[in-house]
Amino acid sequence: MESYGVILFHTTSSVMCAEKALAGEGCVVKLIPTPREFSSDCGIALRFDWDEYEKVTSLVAAAQLEINAIHRM
Amino acid sequence: MIYLDNAATSWPKPPPVLKAMTDVLESAGGNPGRSGHRLSIAAARVMYDTREDIARFFHAPDPMHVIFTGNATQAINIALRGLLKPGDSVITSSMEHNAVMRPLRSLEKRGILVKVIPAARDGSLKVEDMSGAISPGTRLVVINHASNVAGTLLPVSEVSAIARRANALLLVDAAQTAGVIPIDMQAMGIDLLAFTGHKGLQGPPGTGGLVIGSGVDVSRIEPLMYGGTGSQSELEEQPPFLPDKFESGTPNISGIAGLRAALGWLTDRGVESVRAREKELTRALIDGLSGLPGVSVYGPLDPERSVAIVSITIKGRQNSEVGLRLDEEHGILSRVGLHCAPAAHKTIGSFPEGTVRFAPGVFTTIADIHTVIKAVGEVIRSWKATG
Repeated sequence: MESYGVILFHTTSSVMCAEKALAGEGCVVKLIPTPREFSSDCGIALRFDWDEYEKVTSLVAAAQLEINAIHRM
Repeated sequence: MIYLDNAATSWPKPPPVLKAMTDVLESAGGNPGRSGHRLSIAAARVMYDTREDIARFFHAPDPMHVIFTGNATQAINIALRGLLKPGDSVITSSMEHNAVMRPLRSLEKRGILVKVIPAARDGSLKVEDMSGAISPGTRLVVINHASNVAGTLLPVSEVSAIARRANALLLVDAAQTAGVIPIDMQAMGIDLLAFTGHKGLQGPPGTGGLVIGSGVDVSRIEPLMYGGTGSQSELEEQPPFLPDKFESGTPNISGIAGLRAALGWLTDRGVESVRAREKELTRALIDGLSGLPGVSVYGPLDPERSVAIVSITIKGRQNSEVGLRLDEEHGILSRVGLHCAPAAHKTIGSFPEGTVRFAPGVFTTIADIHTVIKAVGEVIRSWKATG
């Protein structure tokens, strides 16, 4: 079974920036409504393949985006 | 019809701007950052892409430092009213638009010391005068990049160096230069850049922004507006991070999409080439109008030192009558009066009557300029004939 991770950011602008940076590097990402159990912080969250955890988090760090939280789902 | 009121708002807009505005409402009509569905996400992407384009255009440190507003006035108000506290001192020039002067006069009543440095009659500012007025209590220097009345460019980089030495921030009102003069915030040392989308940038009205430099402590700027941002919705307090802190309320997504298309159009054309062409038009306008009987031309009379704005008065003639006759008899649209800048008119010596202002734009041709010069000549002659 596939496993996903969800990254929550503070602001939608960061979500958009992360999506661009990750998609540009070939990561499979999808923007989804933030699951309520995680937070109501920002309406949109970024879903990624958990297998790509290292790549995704390092690319987000390289883009100097502040992560609010990362959850596995 | 010849439209020479581009300093008020540029017209016509490039066709891709109109298309982008309707397209976004059709295909990305959600509320950006509020919901998680596809239309909301599509709108958020348009907004973020525009943020990136603006950051690149002005050499801003980070797209998150681009705050969208309805116009330059709102951006200037965020900076002035958010930053200045009672006891602070602020320095400005006598060439400012009321977008700067009115907030400052209001702040003055709340205990902020406002120093206005007089400019010369051609609208130019001596850097030494600015330097002499700065003191350790100076929190901010605010100047326009170019005057909306005389077109005169102010020495932004030099003023920035002076402000920096005194630990003051520099806010630049780029309403008349964004899109027609290259602006590099970092190279020019601009801490806060207020721009409007609907003039030189060729975008729609209702767009603009404040770009915040990396040296500005954002925690010291109070928002002008508080409200929903789509973030930290569990809290009743305003989020502290950019851009949300200053962007409460549903944004003008069709305007922002239009602005993005305008930036693309302008970038293809090249700001340098727009500038080169406008200098040519300005030169022709100054030379032609200066040669007409009774005409006084204001400003530096040198396109190298101004943007494409030429203000005139005609001896013994009312500006409003000149403007009306140019419109009705010749189809030439100018702007007469005080141009929301009484201080600037006092400086150049045209207060309270004001001037007749001609502001060519990217679609103005040299043939248009010749037609305008001829028409002004006819207005003067026919007046003399009728007496």
